[in-house]
Amino acid sequence: MNYKTIMMKPLDHVAIALMDLPQGALIHVRCEEKVHEVELKQDIRFGHKFAVKPIGQGGEILKYGEVIGRAVADIATGEHVHVHNLEGIRGRGDKVESRV
Amino acid sequence: MNPEFNTNELLGYRRPDGKVGVRNHVLILPTITCATQAAKQITELVHGTVSFIHQHGCAQVGEDYDQTFRTYVGMGLNPNVYGVVVLGLGCETHQARSVAGEIAKSGKPVEVVSIQDHGGTLMTIAEGARVAARMVQDASAQRREPFDFSELIIGTECGGSDACSGLSANPAVGVVSDMVVDAGGTAILAETTELIGAEHLLAKRAVNEKVAKRVYEVIEQMESRAILMGVDIRTGNPSPGNIEGGLSSLEEKSLGASNKSGSRPLQEIIDYAQYPTQKGLVWMDTPGHDIEQLTGMVAGGAQVVLFTSGRGTPTGSPIAPVIKISTNTAMFEKMRDNMDLNAGTIIDGEETIQTAGKRIFEEIKEVSSGKLTKSEVLKQHDFGIWRIGPTF
Repeated sequence: MNYKTIMMKPLDHVAIALMDLPQGALIHVRCEEKVHEVELKQDIRFGHKFAVKPIGQGGEILKYGEVIGRAVADIATGEHVHVHNLEGIRGRGDKVESRV
Repeated sequence: MNPEFNTNELLGYRRPDGKVGVRNHVLILPTITCATQAAKQITELVHGTVSFIHQHGCAQVGEDYDQTFRTYVGMGLNPNVYGVVVLGLGCETHQARSVAGEIAKSGKPVEVVSIQDHGGTLMTIAEGARVAARMVQDASAQRREPFDFSELIIGTECGGSDACSGLSANPAVGVVSDMVVDAGGTAILAETTELIGAEHLLAKRAVNEKVAKRVYEVIEQMESRAILMGVDIRTGNPSPGNIEGGLSSLEEKSLGASNKSGSRPLQEIIDYAQYPTQKGLVWMDTPGHDIEQLTGMVAGGAQVVLFTSGRGTPTGSPIAPVIKISTNTAMFEKMRDNMDLNAGTIIDGEETIQTAGKRIFEEIKEVSSGKLTKSEVLKQHDFGIWRIGPTF
């Protein structure tokens, strides 16, 4: 099965599904010269992201070679990366402890 | 100058101030919410007129007053407008006469009709329709004439983004933005909210230190609004549809959105609804709200707008054609009523970002010379002002 995915930059932690991908699928994600072999831990829907390498809790998550947020839990290779385990860092008024 | 295309191949309407429109509308411009219904009635009576519904124009003060005033005037000044009938109530803060006075400086035909002066709704509609009908006939006698990209301002926008936006349609619009700039034209990047997290990349492209500094200032102002409200900006942006489509954070959305700006130097940052003072790539400070952004760019002089969407949208403007570009093929097939072009071909592997960009550029030529966009055919006349103060 030829699974369609895209990984933008070599430093990225995530790749994007360009089709609905089933749990358990073994995917070869190519980015420039490097190929990541990933077994999907969940179904990944079209347009959603999965980890191509492990990310520790609190670690920055890269896509486009830039920071798109931080991991709120340990994320294993092949896991769905989305709002349940990635939080934005910017515009977070809810994180301001005391306001005048 | 790119030798690959002949730049002098657009056909538009030359205005008394020298600018060129790609449409020839007579605008019925209500400066106050109380006049919007009469304005709408006039557009139903008189072919060739357009208007918009809004809830503003009274009990506004300070910078908020100025921004709304600038938006009204900018709508009238947009070169796609032949002439304007300014419709007021009479007692409002945004006086029809003041708005008309600013627009008249361009030399275009401008008339003022006020509900209190004309003795009520019916007389106002009759008088407004009478002057509008005369303007429409005069407008119809004007012929299109050749102009080139150096006289074109293209607005760029993305709304209802999905994970494909940053991979297909936005980079393709970036290619177009570069082509327009290389042809001597102007491309507007906007949506400050949706550039939070990508500002360092844009600051690097600023023409000088002053512009680079301004990049960080407008981003900080926008971000601090969310901080002051004590909210996670993610409760509003990315939206539920963005999240459903696979976008997880504002930063991720921004990095995809900033692709629309292509690769050319950033010349300046302009205020909401302000006409650019420079050609090339400019950044207008607007919120991410689709209609408020669209209105700001059109009031700032954009004659044509490129709008990418992953989730699909009907958005259109009463006076500027909006070319809507799908980021994925499935949505394009589902929403053909609304979407003009498909850049999902990039995801499908059928086309490169470059070729999709060239195809969009060709569509700008067609639309600038008269081809109607889907939102124009469906009369999607959206208008919304970015209010920056409370109503009193």
